[in-house]
Amino acid sequence: MPIVTRTFVKTALVYFVVALLTGMLVAARPVLELPPLVIGLTPVYFHLFMVGWVTQLIIGIAYWMFPKYRRDMPRGYDSLAWTTYALLNLGLLLRLVAEPAQTVSPAPSWGWLLALSALLQWLGGLAFVANTWPRVKER
Amino acid sequence: MPRLSAWFVRSALIHLTLGFTFGGLMLWNKGLPLHPALWRLLPAHIEFLLVGWTVQLALGVAFWILPRFYSSRGNTKPAWLAFFLINGGVWLAGMGAALGAPAPVILLGRVLEAGAALAFAIHAWPRVKPLSPEVKP
Ligand code: HEM
Repeated sequence: MPIVTRTFVKTALVYFVVALLTGMLVAARPVLELPPLVIGLTPVYFHLFMVGWVTQLIIGIAYWMFPKYRRDMPRGYDSLAWTTYALLNLGLLLRLVAEPAQTVSPAPSWGWLLALSALLQWLGGLAFVANTWPRVKER
Repeated sequence: MPRLSAWFVRSALIHLTLGFTFGGLMLWNKGLPLHPALWRLLPAHIEFLLVGWTVQLALGVAFWILPRFYSSRGNTKPAWLAFFLINGGVWLAGMGAALGAPAPVILLGRVLEAGAALAFAIHAWPRVKPLSPEVKP
């Protein structure tokens, strides 16, 4: 398993646990009367699961298993794969902080961080597609 | 990978791009408001990413790697049908809802998606079996 794949898959496993713990927290709010910040975690919970765990696992395995790009560069551009990793995770972590904060106490600084998070995740998605598209080949 | 898998995976990558674009626009808009109408993208965002990306990628990879009958993938017609149904369904249900189409359009989209599930299940059912030996005995 290449190092890029190991990094994506291990990070995905961490998100898997964190996402389900977040879901637990959201469900615990009415029972334990947790602060309103926890309500703002609902979309975060969902996206930690679908972006951090599911999508990131797919990205790691696709990088490893998809048809080769070229003989001298079997997995495409590694720089693009690492860029995907950095953009997606930085963006998602920013969302984890800024989205609940913006929900309970809207402020321009949270707003800017949320917009930055959107931009980073979007670019991360594009970087993955750019590196993967040429590897989708019929045989 | 076989031709149909390449089509499923390419379409999945297109839906990932569009779904991330819709999500990115909504998230930006949540932080720095651009236009309230951007919230209408939510149903397209959900349909494109849950069905158009995640599910469609799984179908493409399943068609590729499930056990074969020696070299044959069995009856591939229902799998091709699933490809057209899932993509038609995602656009009708997702874009339909985002563009404010009447309820029957969204229903039709969901009917196509359910049809895709049925068609793919019919294709894949007999392939869920022990591996065939590599060469014919
Ligand atoms: C595989 C990836 C993704 C899936 C399956 C997905 C799915 C969903 C679903 C089901 C919802 C509705 C959840 C709810 O109402 O609580 C949602 C909401 C949303 N998503 Fe995503 N999403 C994905 C990725 C993204 C990305 C990458 C972004 C941003 C860059 C994004 C931005 C949003 C926003 C802003 C909302 C609305 C949150 C709110 O209610 O305030 N999503 N998404």
